[in-house]
Amino acid sequence: MKTIDLRFTINGAKERVSIPPHRTLLELLRDDLQLIGTKEGCGHGECGACTVMLDGVTVNSCLVLAAEIDGRSVTTIEGLRSGDKLHPVQQAFIDESGYQCGFCTSGVILSTKALLDANPHPSDDEIRQALAGNFCRCTGYTKIFESVQAAAKGLEGDR
Amino acid sequence: MSAENRDVRGRNWSTLIGKRLPRVDGLEKVTGEAKYGADYNLPGQLWLKILRSPHPHARIRRIDTSRALALDGVRDIVTGKDFNGWRWGWMHQTRDETPLAVDKVRFYGEGVAAVAAVDEETAEEACGLIDVEYEVLPGVFSVDEAMREGAPLVHDDKPGNVSWEFHMNHGDVEAGFREADHIREDRFETGRVLTGFLEPPAAIAQWNSSGITVWACKQSPYFHYRHLAACFGLPLSKIRVIQTFVGGGFGGTKNDSVAGDLCAVLMSKRTGRPVKFVYTMEEVFTTCRRRHNFVIINKMGMKKDGTITAMQSKAIGEGGFCTAIGPLTLYLTGVMSTLPYRLPNFKHNAYRIFTNHPAGAAMRGHGSTHTRFAAEVQINMMAKDLGLDPLEVRLKNAVTAPHETINGILVKSAGIKEGLEVLKESAAWREKVERRHAGKDVVHGVGVSGASYSGGARQRGHQACSAMVRLCEDGTINYLTGATDCGQGSDTVLVQIIAEELGLGLDDVGIRRVDTAMTTVDPGSYGSRVTLFAGEAAQKAAREVRDQLAAVAARQWNVAAERIAFNSGNVFVIDDPDKSMPFRKLAQIACYAETGAVIMGRGYSEYSPEPYDFDNGYGDPGVNFSFTAQLTEVDVDLETGITRATDFLIAHDCGRPIHPVNVEAQVQGAAVQGLGQALYEEFRMENGRTLNPNFVDYRMPLATEGPAITVVDILTDDPDGIHGAKEASEGSIVSTPPSVVSAIHDATGVWFTSLPVTPEKIALALKARRDRGAE
Repeated sequence: MKTIDLRFTINGAKERVSIPPHRTLLELLRDDLQLIGTKEGCGHGECGACTVMLDGVTVNSCLVLAAEIDGRSVTTIEGLRSGDKLHPVQQAFIDESGYQCGFCTSGVILSTKALLDANPHPSDDEIRQALAGNFCRCTGYTKIFESVQAAAKGLEGDR
Repeated sequence: MSAENRDVRGRNWSTLIGKRLPRVDGLEKVTGEAKYGADYNLPGQLWLKILRSPHPHARIRRIDTSRALALDGVRDIVTGKDFNGWRWGWMHQTRDETPLAVDKVRFYGEGVAAVAAVDEETAEEACGLIDVEYEVLPGVFSVDEAMREGAPLVHDDKPGNVSWEFHMNHGDVEAGFREADHIREDRFETGRVLTGFLEPPAAIAQWNSSGITVWACKQSPYFHYRHLAACFGLPLSKIRVIQTFVGGGFGGTKNDSVAGDLCAVLMSKRTGRPVKFVYTMEEVFTTCRRRHNFVIINKMGMKKDGTITAMQSKAIGEGGFCTAIGPLTLYLTGVMSTLPYRLPNFKHNAYRIFTNHPAGAAMRGHGSTHTRFAAEVQINMMAKDLGLDPLEVRLKNAVTAPHETINGILVKSAGIKEGLEVLKESAAWREKVERRHAGKDVVHGVGVSGASYSGGARQRGHQACSAMVRLCEDGTINYLTGATDCGQGSDTVLVQIIAEELGLGLDDVGIRRVDTAMTTVDPGSYGSRVTLFAGEAAQKAAREVRDQLAAVAARQWNVAAERIAFNSGNVFVIDDPDKSMPFRKLAQIACYAETGAVIMGRGYSEYSPEPYDFDNGYGDPGVNFSFTAQLTEVDVDLETGITRATDFLIAHDCGRPIHPVNVEAQVQGAAVQGLGQALYEEFRMENGRTLNPNFVDYRMPLATEGPAITVVDILTDDPDGIHGAKEASEGSIVSTPPSVVSAIHDATGVWFTSLPVTPEKIALALKARRDRGAE
């Protein structure tokens, strides 16, 4: 089978793979790199469970061809904590119980990180818009919004 | 822990119950460590794909698998006949479902054959190479069609396509209607709704000489465990279901087995290799369990002062191709209709009708959501007709504890009046007229509703939950439970209950999720039963450990064991502060005494109330009953019909919140799920096909649509609930749709009786009214 070679940065580390050209980024993450913290809900870019950051911008990894990440940088949920120390966004989701079943949580946390990286003091509406691509069936979103607000405060303390 | 106990045990007694503590599953979930169904793989595994029927109703003439078997990489193919006639169903007399279709298919997308191949692509390609010859049969796609004289039969032995019937008749409704000053009869419709978990069903199965092992995301893994034993004729000791993290449940599909589950096990047996499947979301939308859609004809009698004198309901539910848990659905459409208001006379006739659609089954707010919707909206209609305040009508009829309903439900705690008072005092209610036209192009409306839901649902058959609590020699705890946390937070509540008994912290208790070879049997997570039943089991098991440790401590200090207490990580003699040691030290003493000891506790729930009559809806359907009062505010654009729920105020009586954050979260989440039912969600069907099998065309609420939600806890300390607790979440999914619909009426003056109330329905109704006005 024909393969293509890719070089990219994943969670800060340099990586090289040789993969079939039709592989999606989601498949690359889960099947080749064993980064299973990224979840597949619908596989069609509708639910947001597979959200990761590509060069700092959120994408649905199920809609991105792996070939597109050549020379670029990907951040997944596994890349957020440093050692035992959680990223402030992760800590905020624990502190505010911004999750229930947890299946959407990786994607929600990455959407939150991307929002706060770009906009450290988002309004309620901006938070809602930033999360409009992430379905959550469990929480009704209230505790997610509270977690994002707490994360914004936590990051402020970090700066 | 009662206040008296706390006083007896001395100063600085701390309790975990009612504290806003972090959940115990946070770290795994925010780091991506938590492994769900699709995250497990085994060396040498095969991939399973299911060939599904392209017809909603057809006889299978012939299946030819030869071309598919010849494809490189295909290892096995099974069809319905390979299961040797095994069927399953909720009751002995309703076993009408087979793992794959046998002889005929009954809905579009029913499994016809399954392929196991070396990879997913090959399995999928092979499905396309299986030749199936069908004789297409006429189908029935609505209750009306299915009940018509001479309609095609979904099951040849079920005349009239009647799947199940349920009837209640308590008091004298005719006498009740004679007493009434005002009687209304209205028709209501509830929609067919997706449960909406984001994690599709997935499992990996391995059959070898030690039996069957499956890793599966099950909401009630012990259902699956029994199905596997029955289907494959193995003793339960050879069935090992290992629970993965579960990406949402909400009833139905994950409480059951799906075709993939059973085919994977069979093909692992036949190939000697592990077999894995992950359903696509399209398979979830088109083949999995969904909420029934119901037509409810509701008749209510009311006196001029708002007193409800009688209610009579006829409920017809669309069941789809098999019975599933339908008998319980019908029971629940009636049995809870006698709460939350006094209802002296009640008659109910319910029917479940087979159609050539996927099966209707349990979903959060099971059964009750349909009939409560009808009754709540109708109460508001009648209040309007009589010129009464809908909150005052509810307050007039609201039950107070103790109360026995006309169908023998004993209510020992009830906070519905207090909840309604919260709504009455709110600014949203007091200023509702002033706020109505505050917006420019939109009208603001306010609606109210009430609900009651049973916690600790009674099932037929085995219903005890169980627990094992093992003391580690360093004073930490291993807790084995058969209960499943599919996101609702029960792991945290159960750990809290154990830590409380032993005076430990949450971090001292390690919880192990279901592995049927290790954990003890538990019916499952449904009917708001985990906290009540698994909690009771956990508490008893923890107390056994505590009692064994207290005996050791008593010997150490030469005092009576009754004087030993556990709190804040310490063990001490009550009223003798000098006699105290860390829990860890006592654990070491106890475990290393003489030749060594092993300390463990076991417990199971023993709820055994008065007999109940399932056939007539008499007696308690659960341990205790939550009460919910809800106020909803909406903004309706009169031009486009677009409606946004802006605020929910939900006063919920869950008895006593053991974990208040979880209670809020459950109430909030269920309310937004109910909002989906009210405004957005419905499967659109045409000739048996689901036309909107994806999250774009089927509209679940988004983050931009979630209202601001205020949850107010009404504390009633139920005497039968552990730590006073009752259910949280099913109440608010029941109370949300009628309050939303009533708020839309407040804004528009139109009663919408068919869910969901889409912008199209609103715009058309308002246009029709304008047109009438112009005539």
